[in-house]
Amino acid sequence: MEKTGRTMLAKIWDQHVIARLSEDTDLLHIDRHLLHDLGGSRGLLDLKSKGLTVHNPELTFATPDHAISTQHGRAGTSKIGQELLVALRAETAASGITMFDVDQPGQGIVHVIGPELGLSLPGTTIVCGDSHTCTHGGLGALAFGIGSSELTHVLATQALIQRRPKTLRARFEGRLPPGVVAKDMILALIGHIGAAGGTGYAVEYAGSAIRDLAVEGRLTICNLSIELGAKMGMIAPDEKTFEYLRGRPYAPQGALWERAVKAWRELPSDADAVFDREVVIDVATIIPQVTWGISPEHVIGVDGRIPDPMAVEDPARRAAIETALEYMGLQGGALIAGTPVDWVFIGSCTNSRMSDLRAAAEVARGRKVAAGVRAWVVPGSETIKREAVAEGLDKVFTDAGFEWREPGCSMCLAANGEVVAPGQRSVSTSNRNFVGRQGPRARTHLASPASAAASAIAGAIADVRMMGR
Amino acid sequence: MPKPFDKLTAIAAPIMRGNIDTDVIIRIERLVGNSVRSTLGKWAFGALRYLPDGSENPDFILNREPYRQAEILVTGPNFGCGSSREGAVWALQEMGIRAVIGSGFGDIFFANCFQNGILPVVVDKAVVDSLAADIEATQGAGKVSIDLETQTIVAPSGQRHTFEIDPRRRDGLLQGLDEVALTLKRDDEIRAFQASDRAARPWIHFARTPA
Repeated sequence: MEKTGRTMLAKIWDQHVIARLSEDTDLLHIDRHLLHDLGGSRGLLDLKSKGLTVHNPELTFATPDHAISTQHGRAGTSKIGQELLVALRAETAASGITMFDVDQPGQGIVHVIGPELGLSLPGTTIVCGDSHTCTHGGLGALAFGIGSSELTHVLATQALIQRRPKTLRARFEGRLPPGVVAKDMILALIGHIGAAGGTGYAVEYAGSAIRDLAVEGRLTICNLSIELGAKMGMIAPDEKTFEYLRGRPYAPQGALWERAVKAWRELPSDADAVFDREVVIDVATIIPQVTWGISPEHVIGVDGRIPDPMAVEDPARRAAIETALEYMGLQGGALIAGTPVDWVFIGSCTNSRMSDLRAAAEVARGRKVAAGVRAWVVPGSETIKREAVAEGLDKVFTDAGFEWREPGCSMCLAANGEVVAPGQRSVSTSNRNFVGRQGPRARTHLASPASAAASAIAGAIADVRMMGR
Repeated sequence: MPKPFDKLTAIAAPIMRGNIDTDVIIRIERLVGNSVRSTLGKWAFGALRYLPDGSENPDFILNREPYRQAEILVTGPNFGCGSSREGAVWALQEMGIRAVIGSGFGDIFFANCFQNGILPVVVDKAVVDSLAADIEATQGAGKVSIDLETQTIVAPSGQRHTFEIDPRRRDGLLQGLDEVALTLKRDDEIRAFQASDRAARPWIHFARTPA
């Protein structure tokens, strides 16, 4: 029998097998373990209560992001958020784990700082107690979110028991039209195959439009893998990846760098590798995307109409649309553009990097946020914040009436007191439009940074292509 | 260490809405803090279970008898999608749920169930629909039986359905195995792997700084 080529997943996976536990389940070595304030100290305390110690503190890194306030001076941090921050400091110090604390370079949203510091590298296994750990796959890593029990397991053993997933290759082919960015590509894919379309799979994103993307866009693509149902998403590393990583604080240097790059060049899937499922998207047909409902699969082009339940035959689908429209306070059949908004949130592990802030600032420059709209810009990390300030982006935003905040997860998940009020409507560059995600009864529309900025200016869901820039 | 799971005969509640995510199962602010365990049961399904004024929503199935007593949920597609929060499983457990039956679950939620001795059963959507119809035909009074050893579900009507499950995970649940303790027995293998990997990929392995 002719031997077929291997996928990138298989190559990375096989390199990390400590022991084969069954036909499809292995004990895998974990190269990088990232902790945050919500679950980090809990895991370390859990470990201590079991009489165990951290197996490899030097491969474990921590930063506060979820429960801290993004107000200046962190003034809005709740009592319990502060307790978690203090506990993270104490428990990481006691275990010899490096922590990037508030106001220090290195602090930020955990999925922003991993790549930024060069902790996340091609061919590594990366876990974190957060489902958006798939983000790091944008550098060619095998990265995925884990729960509290698995987190304790990794702290204790630097290893994890995992069942090998099936493989899905999503090929984005063609050239992106103007105004269409990575966020639109991945939302379009979720709309196409659904929020469970990737369940049980590791997704590899490929094709000419992926190769054309800069690394930050690739991180955005992989970030939303979990919204496809896939806990792992990855993109083959290439020259752009290597250039992005070169010289970063934790990336290898000198001769070791050359050796690492040589190994990383072997990682991409072989040309004859076979995937369990293939999907092809023609990116030339994508227009800026915006969600209308309560699942990321509830997504349409910004020039489109909200689905009309009366036009849907299948009773389960019709009921699902009605439920979503009732929650969102929208009329089936209406145009989505022009829907008035109360809030705009630019930030999160999806879209808070320099390219995202530049795209939003480009739209905001010289304009004003519409009356009655509150608009926040929350940079993904302390380093990004400083770079953006050095570029004058903070001034562009504040001149336009946006609030410029400190780095953190903020309004993406509302674990820090930063919420959209009940019944209010938000355009958000984050990753989840779930019921109550941005606060009880908050209504969330997911979109790209430029689309969000355009909506802030218009005071309504807006097509960035109509903004004349 | 999870409690073992072998057999269960209990009231089952069909919650057939698709894409019930972990934010709906338990809101994040209920999970902020290091001592939230045992406080979560009453907040499970908060957005569906309570009205804006905080009173119970009489239309939500788990607020009605006999479904209040449910230990099994029969769920719509993609139940438990979304975040990695194990609090979603803890919240279900604290409200008395011991098994969930559906056509598919969020991957991380699915893994978290096993860590807590909760059985997630994946069956075809047709089986889910038939089970839900069977339960509703008895107004919820008819119990559903699950036998993990024989991988069988018996509906209130007596109809039997079989299900597939990863044998490793089945055995882990049947015995209530502690995965951390099991993996630590392989610590020699872990250390041997790290030693050879350090030679192959030295850029992965940093020097340890003393605590």
